[in-house]
Amino acid sequence: MTSRELLSPSGQDVVFVLVGLVVLGAAVLCVTTRQLVHAALWLVVALGGLAVQYLLLTAEFVAWVQVLIYLGSVVVLLLFGLMLTKAPIGPSPDADSGNRPVALAVALAAAALLVTLVIDAFRTAWIDLDTPHGTAEQVGDSLFRTWVLPFEALSVLLLAALIGAIVVSRVRSRAGGDR
Amino acid sequence: MHLVYPAVLAVLLFCVGLYGVLARRNAVLVLMSVELMLAAVSLNLVAFDVWLRDATHAGQVFTLFLIALSAAEIGIGLAIVLLVHRARGTVAIDELRALREPRAPQRETE
Amino acid sequence: MDVVDVLWRLLAVLAAFLVLPLLVGQAEHKVMAHMQGRVGPMHAGGFHGWAQLVADGVKFAQKEDTVPAEADRRIFRLAPALALVPYLVVLVAIPVGPDGFVAQTLDAGLVFVLAVLGVGVLGSLMAGWASANKYALLGALRTAAQLMAYELPLLLSAASVAMAAGTLSLPGILDAFEWWWIPWQLAGGLVFFTAGMAELQRPPFDAPIAPEEIIFGAYTEYSGLRFALFLLAEYAGIVVVSALTAVLFLGGWHGPASDSLGWLWTLLKTGALSFLVIWARVAWPRLRADQIQRFAWTVLVPVALAQLALTGIIRVVTA
Repeated sequence: MTSRELLSPSGQDVVFVLVGLVVLGAAVLCVTTRQLVHAALWLVVALGGLAVQYLLLTAEFVAWVQVLIYLGSVVVLLLFGLMLTKAPIGPSPDADSGNRPVALAVALAAAALLVTLVIDAFRTAWIDLDTPHGTAEQVGDSLFRTWVLPFEALSVLLLAALIGAIVVSRVRSRAGGDR
Repeated sequence: MHLVYPAVLAVLLFCVGLYGVLARRNAVLVLMSVELMLAAVSLNLVAFDVWLRDATHAGQVFTLFLIALSAAEIGIGLAIVLLVHRARGTVAIDELRALREPRAPQRETE
Repeated sequence: MDVVDVLWRLLAVLAAFLVLPLLVGQAEHKVMAHMQGRVGPMHAGGFHGWAQLVADGVKFAQKEDTVPAEADRRIFRLAPALALVPYLVVLVAIPVGPDGFVAQTLDAGLVFVLAVLGVGVLGSLMAGWASANKYALLGALRTAAQLMAYELPLLLSAASVAMAAGTLSLPGILDAFEWWWIPWQLAGGLVFFTAGMAELQRPPFDAPIAPEEIIFGAYTEYSGLRFALFLLAEYAGIVVVSALTAVLFLGGWHGPASDSLGWLWTLLKTGALSFLVIWARVAWPRLRADQIQRFAWTVLVPVALAQLALTGIIRVVTA
């Protein structure tokens, strides 16, 4: 452990930092661009990059689930929402509220505080990536042995969300909804 | 790998999401920023799970739960946003003031 | 596995990606020509119109590549690539023959394949939105709704096979395969193949690109090579869905003399299924968008769930 230095990074470290920069850049563009659909597409880049980071951390199963659910469904739903709320082509002037300076200050303060804290706390911690920790078999074992009850609770929650979404979006003719 | 890399990336990603939630005006964009924050938390969970070599894979299982939860959140959130758009013709969150408290002078007149 | 080996495998995947979709395209021309008595595709080049595909390629290459004035140019240009690349990536994980005759063995290969396939829908959405055309936008919305609906039966029926084999790795599933899996997983196989056909927006599930209703859906504004890329994506999709169905439900390389001729069996099964996809286009009228949704939620999902229950029961009983 002590023989490893911050100044002699391994290949994984280099790839992680490079992909991390891509993720971060895409995330920043996602929250600053004035073109609504571009924001969703930058979100795709950020979340896809995160899946690569999971792969680098040997969490293979989580990485593919991330691609399956986030890129395949969540972002598609978001694009759907943007299109149905009439996202224009080209910049929208009203994408940001007047809070930008305050938001920037809060975000920068939080980032400074947390980065200092995290670096100070985990300066000497190394992740051992030689043996995979997160193949489908390992995660499945834990999921259905240790975490069965939360898993079942989650399925009830998903069902509730499904029904809730249907009820909310149903057109009520009596209430005067104009479709 | 140094644990600081994923941890710092998660922190920065979270703060980018935080900025987005506070600064964005379009409700769908706010939902996107929330997704960024959730993703940052997921990265943290996975990184620490791998670091700790947790035998029950708590961090990764929780990440799976988080992914499922965010899918549910997006489903419900978008349903609400679309309903608001249908009823009000706008998704700018600072124009949706129907439920706020009346201003002080108004209260005196009532 | 050294670098040269990896390089060869990737080259082989690229070659398969470039050749197989074209073969399917050629087959579609000929099969449709025979079934419908079309004379057009039977002329070019003389014997049986063998040069029809070449002529099509030349035609697409010659056409001007226009971008609408109001379009979001960058996204408009990026969309065809995003529609095509997922299929290329998926081919990496599909096993062709026994004993490592696969470009890359992935531990969670099944999840990988389905996850990457799901990304392709972004290409259609981007194309439809960036075209600045209301028919394109309508088509993109229909595409997205259809693909989201059929993703669920696709996943459920694939999960049934994974449950039967006790692994998510595609070569692992084939190693565990027994002949009686075909009747056992028949319902799941039908659901998977049908849902796959709907994911490709092939007739009878082609409401999102119905020419009589919304011109050509998300691809209305495309011309020239970019349009050809979307067509290529469709044919590559046929290859991928057929190959996946063959691997998951028809035993892939299993068959007589599978040790030496395993790859041939995979290709034959894939070819036969591709023929079925083409046949469906000729045989069935188009479903309406609402009928497509109803079919997914009231037929395919319940059948897939029943198959999942059946698989679970038999697994528990025989374990």
